[in-house]
Amino acid sequence: MSTQTLTERPARSTLFDGVTRYIPIGATVALLLVLYLGGIASFPKFDSPQVVAKLFIDNAPLLIIAVGMTFVILSGGIDLSVGSVMAFSTMCCAWLTVDAGLSAPLVVGLVLAFGTLWGLGIGAVIHYFNVQPFIATLVGLFLFRGLTLQISDTDVSMRDIQFFHWGMEHLVEVGKIRTGGFWLPNLSFVAFAVVIVAFVVLHYTRFGRGVYAVGGSEQSALLMGLPVARTKIGVYAVSGFCAALAGVMAAMGTKSANPLANVGAELDAIAAVVIGGTLLTGGAGFVLGTVAGVMVWGLLNTLIAFQGDLSSWWARIAMGVLLLAFILLQRVLARSGEKRRT
Amino acid sequence: MSSYAKRLMWPVLVLVALIVINVSVTGFDFIVPHVNDGRLSGAFVNILRRSAPLLLIALGMTLVIATKGIDLSVGAVYAIGAAIACQMIIDAPDQSAAGLIFSAIALALVVTAVIGAWNGTMVAYFGIQPIVATLILMIAGRGIAQLVTGGQIPKVEDSSPFTQLGRGELFTVPLPIVIAVLMLVALALLTRRTALGMLLESVGGNPEASRLAGIRAKGITVLVYLVCGLCAGLAGLIGAANLGSADANNGGLWIELDAILAVVIGGTALLGGRFYLLGTAIGVVIIGTLEDTIINVGLSSQWQFTAKAIVVFVVALLQSPEFRGWILKPFKRRPAAPAPAKEVAAK
Amino acid sequence: MSDDPIVQMTGIRKDFTGVRALDGVDFTLRPGEIHAVMGENGAGKSTLIKVLTGVHHPDAGEILLDGRPVRFHSPGAAQAAGISTVYQEVNLTDNLSVAENLFAGREPRLGPFINFRAMRRKAKALLDDIGIDLNVAAPLSSYSIAMQQLVAIARAVDIEAKVLILDEPTSSLDRDEVAVLLGVMRRLAENGTAMVFISHFLDQVYEICDRMTVLRNGQLVGEWATADLPENALIGHMLGREAATLEQIERTAAAHHVEDEAPLVQATGLGRKGSIAPYDLEVRRGEVVGLAGLLGSGRTETVRLIAGADRADSGSLVFDGEATGFHNPRTASARGIAYCPENRKTEGLVGDLTVAENMILAMQASRGWARSIPVARRDKLVAEFIEKLDIRPANPDMPVKNLSGGNQQKVLLARWMLIEPKLLILDEPTRGIDVGAKADIQKLVAELSADGMSVLFVSAELDEVTRLSDRIAVLRDRELIAVLEAEADMTTEKIVDTIVAGGHGNE
Repeated sequence: MSTQTLTERPARSTLFDGVTRYIPIGATVALLLVLYLGGIASFPKFDSPQVVAKLFIDNAPLLIIAVGMTFVILSGGIDLSVGSVMAFSTMCCAWLTVDAGLSAPLVVGLVLAFGTLWGLGIGAVIHYFNVQPFIATLVGLFLFRGLTLQISDTDVSMRDIQFFHWGMEHLVEVGKIRTGGFWLPNLSFVAFAVVIVAFVVLHYTRFGRGVYAVGGSEQSALLMGLPVARTKIGVYAVSGFCAALAGVMAAMGTKSANPLANVGAELDAIAAVVIGGTLLTGGAGFVLGTVAGVMVWGLLNTLIAFQGDLSSWWARIAMGVLLLAFILLQRVLARSGEKRRT
Repeated sequence: MSSYAKRLMWPVLVLVALIVINVSVTGFDFIVPHVNDGRLSGAFVNILRRSAPLLLIALGMTLVIATKGIDLSVGAVYAIGAAIACQMIIDAPDQSAAGLIFSAIALALVVTAVIGAWNGTMVAYFGIQPIVATLILMIAGRGIAQLVTGGQIPKVEDSSPFTQLGRGELFTVPLPIVIAVLMLVALALLTRRTALGMLLESVGGNPEASRLAGIRAKGITVLVYLVCGLCAGLAGLIGAANLGSADANNGGLWIELDAILAVVIGGTALLGGRFYLLGTAIGVVIIGTLEDTIINVGLSSQWQFTAKAIVVFVVALLQSPEFRGWILKPFKRRPAAPAPAKEVAAK
Repeated sequence: MSDDPIVQMTGIRKDFTGVRALDGVDFTLRPGEIHAVMGENGAGKSTLIKVLTGVHHPDAGEILLDGRPVRFHSPGAAQAAGISTVYQEVNLTDNLSVAENLFAGREPRLGPFINFRAMRRKAKALLDDIGIDLNVAAPLSSYSIAMQQLVAIARAVDIEAKVLILDEPTSSLDRDEVAVLLGVMRRLAENGTAMVFISHFLDQVYEICDRMTVLRNGQLVGEWATADLPENALIGHMLGREAATLEQIERTAAAHHVEDEAPLVQATGLGRKGSIAPYDLEVRRGEVVGLAGLLGSGRTETVRLIAGADRADSGSLVFDGEATGFHNPRTASARGIAYCPENRKTEGLVGDLTVAENMILAMQASRGWARSIPVARRDKLVAEFIEKLDIRPANPDMPVKNLSGGNQQKVLLARWMLIEPKLLILDEPTRGIDVGAKADIQKLVAELSADGMSVLFVSAELDEVTRLSDRIAVLRDRELIAVLEAEADMTTEKIVDTIVAGGHGNE
């Protein structure tokens, strides 16, 4: 019987470790503050609460797909199909209700089920046939853009379907915008609900912790006896569901379906996830960071809109620069971590 | 040599099948070119002419993929190259001045080569995964292109000799085809006449063994991304010259995906190692022909996305050993009782 | 204690594309015993373990667990059946906390949600029980590798395992940590858990194990009670003899070198933390220096420092009369050092490239990519070496991955002979290849040294080392413990005695 006790304090203090872990997300939050305060200092009406509220109206679909993308990236994968799946879902909403005359709730149910099934299928291909996620989801990018265009190559309006007006109804209205009030529609709350559910799932369920474990080391997760197949396929199902849901929300937001909508949305989502502090190699990150990442993207666009004579390309360039900064930051943190451990 | 031929057999067969389909629908005019107004024309020549930018990019991509890398930024670099040249030309008082055209082209190529070298540096020296390193410019690149053009679409006068890069011809052969084929030959010579090709394949095939054998992998990696950026810039110039304008948003949109597809169809594995420039060229022509085939057999042009998706899917599955094992399982399980001739065939 | 075996494996066979890793191996494990599986690299220990834990599926043979035949399709299934494993590489996910790693996949829950408080409490209790005190909420990555290994062991112990497999668990532990581990193992054995222990530290094996099973080249050598098998007999069984088949090669080493000349290689205090303790080593011109020692003794690590494959963090190296610190293999090969690594497939050859391309790789690398070797010269060189080394099939355009192990090794040798090095480092050049090729390579080493090339020769087979070497450096536990110089000392017995004595001297 051993009576000896081995004590080891962490090689880095837990406090310090806490700090390194939160450096990326801390940087994102600081960036948000700088952007917001900068906006208030430069533009007279920027301090209206509706400016913030509008972030969650305009970017609700992006937020939803970014949350789905967070699951995939945390597990060490990538999903390029979300933009096309989203456009396809919006188009299906329009087509099945306007042209085929199905009832709108049924259509929404079908679309969501379809998105999930697609995710399950491609996840299975990725796991069982060991196809690179990049290539497998590329199939979805092409396929659903093509199918969307085949349904219609022009805009389809859904104004006449009462159901799709639900999304923009004011759920919360505080005062009048003119007098410093704000309002938020239902679809923003759908996005919030998605974030909360994702947060709880990722942090408090076995599936969620499994996602982190698989992203940390798939080999280890397998040898620890974790359900790797279920986890890997599951994240793509989550992402597929989120993309379909985002498509439905986009349908409600614009009440029309554009076959070329959301081209490149997958890139925006990936950028938001990385700027939110999630490691592109998987295993580390927070879904709340993704919210911050999406807000950075939204605020950049808002600032440019207020500026008036700047064009939207600056937002893209800024996103690229931020992405570079965050990737280099992660690289530096990873290297210093390696050094400290040996 | 025989393994090389075997690799090329499938793409060639697919291409021949596509051509046969087209010929049976539209007649031999599809494949036989004719000379019209001193220039070669015909459906197939047009496919080749249209495919020239894609071929240029796919060639660069082949080399990058051979090193176990990938370059997602080529579409954005295409747009940047096009934007720089067009903007510089329309800013000048005389859009036909030879010196101006040359310096515009040179500037565009230098900038795109620098961008490529930057990608390579991120990969080789900063140790960032290629997919991540090039994603940055994939996202920011089109913004940069718009910055160059001020958000407008610069239109070059039709009289400017610059447009000849896309519309002109040399000895009746359309100039884009000439440039793309020259690049194919140049890269083939660069990689196969020097030891570059072998060292690339070595680095992509087994990085650790290459390091222990004393190969300078980092320099080679940067060079390859530089070439890829240069190819994308040149492709952008040809595309812009053909249209007479540079669309920062839509110029070269998704061309990186088409290029990757062409490389994979051509027999180069995404995991690096052996590369086949000629196979890539065939892959490019297959993609170009596929687009025409869809229209010729009476489907709407929207089908081309779906068709490409199917091609990607089939190619990805065929390259997966797990999938091949799964498909062949029912055949393998059978007892080896039947005639020996069959066993030989199975091997 | 009942004597009915808990695990009984009979006639286990496992093939990996063309290589037979296990050939009809039997293995028996009884409740409450600690059973060592011993053997050199490639003997089949790991494969045997992986078959038992469901990572690999056997091609033939039967596994009985508690008398019932079982077939595991995944590590998870084996775990569920009560077989738990700790691997040499820490197989945990270091991005999660200590507590999460201990309970991943079986977290205490409240409804569908993980009860973190209960989990931390249980984790604390579990670690206390074993004798480790950690902050269980901290990420695993903030602890040393040794501590991570102990966490992995704690996890395995807690999974109420009937069978616990420990595959080289002590390779990264220090003395105190090993003491904790052995204490835990003893306690588990008292409670009836059966354990399989794999370690290259013989003193640990002798301290803790009841029985030993020895494997060599994928075959069972035998099973002994620890008390019945003295250390030198064990080493003899592990290293084996193939003297009968190789007798035609007499001891070839002779004093080729000129005594008063400055040595070609002079390493003083050369070392690298965590890999090999600082050592002094000289290699004279035209001399073959053998490196002998058991698996994990630091043979490979020693030569990698000289070859520039790893960077030394202490000491100095004088090569060919000039002080040098080789930072990478390129500068080393430019100075005339050639290194054939131990693992041909992952570190040596580029499988997709042809025989000819693999041969000229180092030569081409030294010339840079722009100056290609002229085709005629290349073909001549390649043909010359294919003939000289008798590489079969003699087809320079064949992908090297299609060749047999022996011929692959010859291709690798040819690669380095082409650059005419001053020092040739061969790390296990004869492992896993057939007897004919083995004899060819041994003959070649003798010829090269006769022509004045210095050779550092690493091998697990003592017969081979004694036959070829002018001097032999003996290693144990990542330390160079002796250099045998006298002609009379060039015997396997003397080496085994030195290894055994070195071990006892350490205590």
